Amino acid sequence: MEMFDIIFYVFAVVAVVSAGIVVFSRNVLYAAFSLVFTLFSVAAFYALLQADFLAVTQVLIYVGGIVVLMLFGLMLTNNVVSVDIRGGAVQTIPALIITAMVAGSLAGVFYSTWSKTPVAPLSASSTTPTLGSMLMTSYLLPFEVASVVLLVSLIGAAMIARRHRKA
Amino acid sequence: MGSLSAVWSEFTAWLPHVQLAHFLIVSAILFAAGLYAIVTRRNAILVLMGVELVLNAANINLVAFARFGSLNLDGQAAAIFVIILAACEAAIALAIVLNIYHRFQTINVDEVSSLKE
Repeated sequence: MEMFDIIFYVFAVVAVVSAGIVVFSRNVLYAAFSLVFTLFSVAAFYALLQADFLAVTQVLIYVGGIVVLMLFGLMLTNNVVSVDIRGGAVQTIPALIITAMVAGSLAGVFYSTWSKTPVAPLSASSTTPTLGSMLMTSYLLPFEVASVVLLVSLIGAAMIARRHRKA
Repeated sequence: MGSLSAVWSEFTAWLPHVQLAHFLIVSAILFAAGLYAIVTRRNAILVLMGVELVLNAANINLVAFARFGSLNLDGQAAAIFVIILAACEAAIALAIVLNIYHRFQTINVDEVSSLKE
């Protein structure tokens, strides 16, 4: 067990436990806050996989943006102060069986196919300059399309969420 | 039984040395958790959280193959686009959820069943 493996296992436990809280918690606020821990440990996985730019992006966009957005949604749509903050669940037993089968078969396939992969050598350089030049050269079209999609979706979200005036 | 114990000892010897498959297995667990949330949760925002878990699981796979496989930085570029589209999806979906709440006074996905009033 090297330091790398220990750190991986710490964050793997955090990720799985907090994902379990997201999925099983009765309280929607607990679910939202433990989603933060899941996303943080995914960012830690990115850092362990030498994706430094992606790790920072994950923290900025997911933890700083998406989770806050979801908390806003929860606060606006649940009567937090008065009564019902519970999010019920339906069909739990069949879903548990099916998802356990999905997880087991996926993990089995991953283990049987990729468990013998040799470890790639570590490279100390940062990925950010290379990624930036890739976004400006070989991924230029998807990059521009993504910018337009972001603009359109944010305008659309503002249009949809606005209270409609009676005409 | 002998072969089973051989497989088990091989597995326990493999377990402490983190490689590609460790990341893939964690992402499989996260994927299944997100799937469970999508299928069972009644609150629409918790369903969205399940979608985010699934997207993150896919992203872990992309980045892991970028590190260990032959995908190189292309995997990370794809992961960036996944994050961008996840942000778009969250914004639009929450706007729709707010609209549904104004109309139905609930966001439980099994109670919102009418198309037009």
